[in-house]
Amino acid sequence: MSVMNTTVPSAEQILGPTPGQILRRKVFGHRGIVIGGGIFLFIVLMALLAPWLAPYDPYHQDLVARLAPPVWHEKGTWDHILGTDQVGRDYLSRLIYGARISLLIGIMAALISGIIGTVMGVAAGYFGGKVDLVVTFLITCRLSLPVILVSLAVVAIVGGSLEMVILVLGLLLWDRYAVVMRASTQQIRSLDYVAAAQAAGCSTWYILAREILPNVMNQLIVVATLEFAHAVLLEAALSFLGLGVQPPLPSWGLMISEGRNYILFDPWLIAIPGSALFMMLLAVNLLGDGVRDVTVPENRA
Amino acid sequence: MTPTIKVENLRVSIPLAAGVLHAVRGISFEVAKGETLCLVGESGCGKSLTSLALMDLLPSRAKREADRIELDGADLLKLGERDMAKVRGSTMAMIFQEPMTSLNPAYTIGNQLEEGIRLHKGVSASEARERAVYLLEKVGITGASSRLGQYPHQLSGGLRQRVMIAMALMCGPDLLICDEPTTALDVTIQAQILHLLKDLQREFDMAVILITHDLGIVARVADRVAVMYAGEIIESGDVDEIFSRPTHPYTQGLMNCIPVPGKTAYGERLGTIPGIVPSMIGEMTGCAFANRCAYAEDICLKTLTTRELVPNHAVRCVRAEEVAALNAGLDTATASAGSPA
Amino acid sequence: MLVYTAKRILLAILVSLTVSALVFSLLYLSGDPATALAGERASQADIMAIRAAYGFDQPVYVQYFKWLAGAVQGEFGESVYFRLPVIDLILERLPVTMTLGVCAMIFALALSIPLGVLAAMYPNSLIDRAALLLAVVGQAMPSFWFALMLIVLFAYWVPILPASGSDSWQHFVLPTIVLGYYATPAFMRLTRTGLLDVLSSDYVRTARAKGLRPAKVLFKHALRNAIIPVVSLAAVQFGFMLTGSIIIETVFALHGAGFLAWESISRSDFPTVQAVLLLFSWFYIILTFLADLLNAWLNPRIRVA
Ligand SMILES: Nc1ncnc2c1ncn2[C@@H]1O[C@H](COP(=O)(O)OP(=O)(O)OP(=O)(O)O)[C@@H](O)[C@H]1O
Ligand code: SF4
Ligand SMILES: [Mg+2]
Repeated sequence: MSVMNTTVPSAEQILGPTPGQILRRKVFGHRGIVIGGGIFLFIVLMALLAPWLAPYDPYHQDLVARLAPPVWHEKGTWDHILGTDQVGRDYLSRLIYGARISLLIGIMAALISGIIGTVMGVAAGYFGGKVDLVVTFLITCRLSLPVILVSLAVVAIVGGSLEMVILVLGLLLWDRYAVVMRASTQQIRSLDYVAAAQAAGCSTWYILAREILPNVMNQLIVVATLEFAHAVLLEAALSFLGLGVQPPLPSWGLMISEGRNYILFDPWLIAIPGSALFMMLLAVNLLGDGVRDVTVPENRA
Repeated sequence: MTPTIKVENLRVSIPLAAGVLHAVRGISFEVAKGETLCLVGESGCGKSLTSLALMDLLPSRAKREADRIELDGADLLKLGERDMAKVRGSTMAMIFQEPMTSLNPAYTIGNQLEEGIRLHKGVSASEARERAVYLLEKVGITGASSRLGQYPHQLSGGLRQRVMIAMALMCGPDLLICDEPTTALDVTIQAQILHLLKDLQREFDMAVILITHDLGIVARVADRVAVMYAGEIIESGDVDEIFSRPTHPYTQGLMNCIPVPGKTAYGERLGTIPGIVPSMIGEMTGCAFANRCAYAEDICLKTLTTRELVPNHAVRCVRAEEVAALNAGLDTATASAGSPA
Repeated sequence: MLVYTAKRILLAILVSLTVSALVFSLLYLSGDPATALAGERASQADIMAIRAAYGFDQPVYVQYFKWLAGAVQGEFGESVYFRLPVIDLILERLPVTMTLGVCAMIFALALSIPLGVLAAMYPNSLIDRAALLLAVVGQAMPSFWFALMLIVLFAYWVPILPASGSDSWQHFVLPTIVLGYYATPAFMRLTRTGLLDVLSSDYVRTARAKGLRPAKVLFKHALRNAIIPVVSLAAVQFGFMLTGSIIIETVFALHGAGFLAWESISRSDFPTVQAVLLLFSWFYIILTFLADLLNAWLNPRIRVA
């Protein structure tokens, strides 16, 4: 018989591109991720560099210069690029500092609820039985309580502050994490390698940490982006209704609320912070959708 | 006599993120009335896509090209979607791999059996019902008329596949394509379904294309065999010829425990060959099997063609004669291309 | 189906009870509810009086069961601010919220289902992209801000619609758009993915292999199965919409139950807050219960057990 001394094709020829290469190609070829990531990065930088970027102190009032229009307005000047608010605070500076509040609330709430929801969901999916029953019941109860109403009521009773809003939202927004984590844990749990790990006598913690968590990570990230956006939106809504972050903090929702009285003559007072909020939510949603698109295996569907 | 179906140089490609997947790379075959062609090959070699291409039911992003696809002498490539729909289910029918999911859970068996014939033949509701009951009995379902009111979830997998067969036969098709009709069923039911298909074929005198992994099935059911590898037919011919003189190194590997027509048990699996199937993404020159072939030489990576060694036995291998000669000396039962000594 | 219904009822009752306990205990977050109710300038005697009047001096579980027993009979006590029975207040306001909810729902479904179907039928086409854009924008648009922008546009710049109030049908147009648009992305996405899923399913392939016309495949075989999850979502979304009405009604000064909720929250009118919260939750529980029943009925696997 002849021997295999022929030009053997390289791995590249046989396998095509590696998964890593495909992923990279997908990420940078995905318009949603590039645009969403770009905007989000911009906002994060803006928040981090706020003290250097903001032209004025966001709390400094200058009643003489109150309600100055933004620069593109016929009466606008470069002194206050985005104009000033009803007590003469520089709008651009407030907007820049406001990014900090939104980011802080989004991240913290997504983190707190993420921990609660993931623990519940993974436990339900992994242990099944009674644990699952209890967790499912808790999820159903949580879903029956309207988030806005509950957080409004709680903040009204306990008093509004940044910390309170974070805490309330963090304790309320865990349902989606729990639902998704439960389903994907169940799915992974039923796979052979987890059974094999169990048979090999690996401890529950080991299996959870090494087999389950890495495999639900993609889903977790997607849910986290959703809940981040959700929290930012709710904070804005609460602050808008006067029961969230309290003045004089430059929360975007609060800025819209304060600008509301001037809606007729100075609509930019609500248009500007609203657009910022919209861009941030858009960016995060695009990112989340993109992550989901990129990480689902290219199946036969 | 014109063959019932005649396919020339069929190609199917799917654009993916990593490049264009050429899943079917220029295959040709024909099947005559009353004849069964078995399409064999390992998972992912393009068998299902081939059959879907014939029905023009490929996933929307997949692209079909061919020099010719003729059914009863009529050119299917020229038909628009509307005319193609008239052909589907009436002159050409298909049974799928997955009986559990191939029926709509929301409608009764009767409803799903009858809608095709009512559309194609314009028969009345009661005639359609009669035909449905007749065929359900034919495929061996007892209490046929009471089954018509049941929902798919109330039937077992074997029963559902029988329903699918009955459904395919409702309009009396000339060509029946069966894509692994028994893979999802257990062995005893597999045998029953295959006998049933064979009987029905005789009774209705259809051309049948049967796709399978199972060499036992091939040995019992096929008149002719086409072996697929990485989107190409690498060997084809009469069933006895292929079984007694497998010539392509891949076919030899598949048959390293050679089943004998009529003797090999059902459920016999294809032999395994070391190595991995090449990625079908992008163009490929030369022999697709080269990276796993024990006989591979430089010449194999040049362009190659499918050649008829003897009438009714075609092989796509440059070294076919040498391979055959090398093997002639050996006991065919132990010859194995995949495990060189 | 009977067993299923019985189980589902039991679950609904358990959830209702748990939720009612949670709603009740909200009041105790502040420590002493009597002090909170009495307000900042109240004297010690006032607080004592309130404590006795509302029964805060009794053990907590007694208070809870009394409150729950009342709630089940529609008896929620008297509003601290309006000095009226809470239930009368709510019944007076509810029609506005319901009208708004139903209108918004119809608007959302009428917009999103056709778009979702078209998007699924022609994936990656122009219409799919337009629908996707609409969904992405909709998801990122804070509803209160959207409402304010619409007010600027249609009430001031091109004054064709009223900015606030609830006296005529015109007052409902903008709120309906805002509230309905808020639910649109979810419906559209679900319709699209559900239909895409079903269109690539084996049984749709079977239907096409039978030679059925595309319209028949779509309406008979695909849509029926794709719409099932949308039914559940519609129930859930309707619940969310009612909550969303808090914000929308506040912005548009539409005097519905949502507005009442906000009013009573900002005035520390706890009996009313509790009642509204409990009713919204119960309403949601009933909705999802009905949706599950409808679902079960649409799905022969559960109906024909
Ligand atoms: N919709 C699709 N999208 C992307 N790739 C696909 C799609 N359908 C099939 N393929 C790929 O095309 C190739 C051939 O698939 P096909 O389904 O024809 O294989 P098969 O021979 O029928 O396999 P099996 O025996 O498992 O049914 C495989 O590599 C498969 O991954
Ligand atoms: S062409 Fe060469 S590599 Fe291909 S099967 Fe024949 S001998 Fe092997
Ligand atoms: Mg297949």
